[in-house]
Amino acid sequence: MKEKLYSSIFYTLNIRTFASFFEQIYSMLTELPKRFAITALIILGGVNFVAAQTEGHGEVNNHNHSNHDTHDTQDAGHNSLDDGEHGDFVAKDFIIPHIADANEIHFFGDHHNGFSLPLPMVFYVEGKGFDLFMSSKFHGSHGTLTATGPNTGTVYIKHPDTGISSEGGESFYDISITKSVFGMMFIITLLVLMLRSMAKSYSKRPGQAPRGLANVLEPLVLFVRDDIAVPIIGKHKAGKFLPFLLTTFFFIVASNLLGLIPFIGGFNITGTIGVTVVLAFAVFFISTVNGNRNYWGHLFWPPGVPNLVKLLVVPIEVFGMFLKPTVLMIRLTANMTAGHIIILSFVSLVFIFNQNYGEIAGFGMGVFSTLFMIFMYFLELLVAFLQAYVFTLLAAIYFADATQEAHH
Amino acid sequence: MGTLLTPAFGTVFWATLSFLLALFILRKLAWGPILKALQDREESIQEALRSADKAREEMANLNSDNDRLLQEARSTRDAMLQESREMANKVVSDARAKAKEEASKEVELARGAIQIERKAAIAELKAEVAKLSIDIAERLLREELTESGKQKALVDKLIEESTLN
Repeated sequence: MKEKLYSSIFYTLNIRTFASFFEQIYSMLTELPKRFAITALIILGGVNFVAAQTEGHGEVNNHNHSNHDTHDTQDAGHNSLDDGEHGDFVAKDFIIPHIADANEIHFFGDHHNGFSLPLPMVFYVEGKGFDLFMSSKFHGSHGTLTATGPNTGTVYIKHPDTGISSEGGESFYDISITKSVFGMMFIITLLVLMLRSMAKSYSKRPGQAPRGLANVLEPLVLFVRDDIAVPIIGKHKAGKFLPFLLTTFFFIVASNLLGLIPFIGGFNITGTIGVTVVLAFAVFFISTVNGNRNYWGHLFWPPGVPNLVKLLVVPIEVFGMFLKPTVLMIRLTANMTAGHIIILSFVSLVFIFNQNYGEIAGFGMGVFSTLFMIFMYFLELLVAFLQAYVFTLLAAIYFADATQEAHH
Repeated sequence: MGTLLTPAFGTVFWATLSFLLALFILRKLAWGPILKALQDREESIQEALRSADKAREEMANLNSDNDRLLQEARSTRDAMLQESREMANKVVSDARAKAKEEASKEVELARGAIQIERKAAIAELKAEVAKLSIDIAERLLREELTESGKQKALVDKLIEESTLN
């Protein structure tokens, strides 16, 4: 059923390659026994509930002792979803740290008895030089953590709401390897390895049908080439933009999919605005640099428009030139973040029901939430490809706009 | 929420660096060879299809050639048969005509010979008749020369009777 749903959606969108890709993935998945899936569903529901209970209790304990509460729930408690009499679990404070960028990869548990992988902190203090240390060096209580730079001696203060500042007021640049940066580097390494081996497999067996990894990735490459670049930009100019379009598409797809893998710290690379702003700027830069006479002419002196109207149209067009990549950036970030928020909201529901309506309601919500999360997961899988497709498609359209020849 | 919507400097810095690096490396190591390989393969498939079409066309041509040759051979054979038949007929009719001619020539010759023979025979007959007449005359003369009147009458009568042709 599911593969039919996906297929029909994709066929409607005329994305045949995607459909075949999903069919391949689905046929791989159906090889697993169905019983296993049902068992897993029940276990997951239980785990979800148990996790909610333990973390909920953890929050309660933290709160009662209120000495090393890193979540700072007290301040935020009043403007949150859950302002009932229990007031222990705050959905906002649960969700936001999960989707926001972080200085460590947090696997499970809270900050003290949980497990997280520290990431390198890199600071450049003006006039003093670089500071390089691991994020595990931050220590402290009441949500505010401090660490001293080993090289410059600057004391860095990390506040959950305002971010990192220096104690002495020195101005510095924070170029730390955050979770998203780490994820991005990981994805790029993975892509380089995979695509390099794909390229090698072609040179090893020239002119023959693809096999293995190349067979899986080839439909995507062909999709970007034959369904995005060539029909939009044109056969002759497409080659110039294909490396960028392919890199963007594969990077976004891989990042989106990485964000969907559970238990590895919940990456949200394409939901990090710092990453998407770079992608969007690259699109802006390429279309601006490649803009031909026709493009600029249409922008600043639109033909066939009365001069008075030009006064109105030209500013809008110029504004649109900047707006297009901005929208591109926001669309991707918002879509990916929204998916994560929805899934985390279902998790939050378990916490809330457990606390407010008792354990039976919590358990029931656990099963219900798990079912919905599975549904959301499949939807997110679709969105992961769809957003990459939309981003690449729009980038191609902007490039085509910039390089279009006059035809009237 | 502020951290979600403002791009962090460090993230932008690393993202730019790593994205540009990825673009550069992938372009050099992956996209170039992959796109080229795909294009080469497509071209080779196109080429194979084209040559298959060509071969099929050639085969069809060959078949039609064969048909044409067969047709030609058949018509040549028919023509040859026709010709030989005509020739045979001509030979036969020629022979017949020649034979007829020969025959008529023979007949003509024979007729000529017969004519000559006849003339000769007539001449001989004339001579014989003359001889005979002389004999008769001799005999008559011998017999009836006694009566000269009678003789004369007889000679006249004989001459009168013997009208030569």
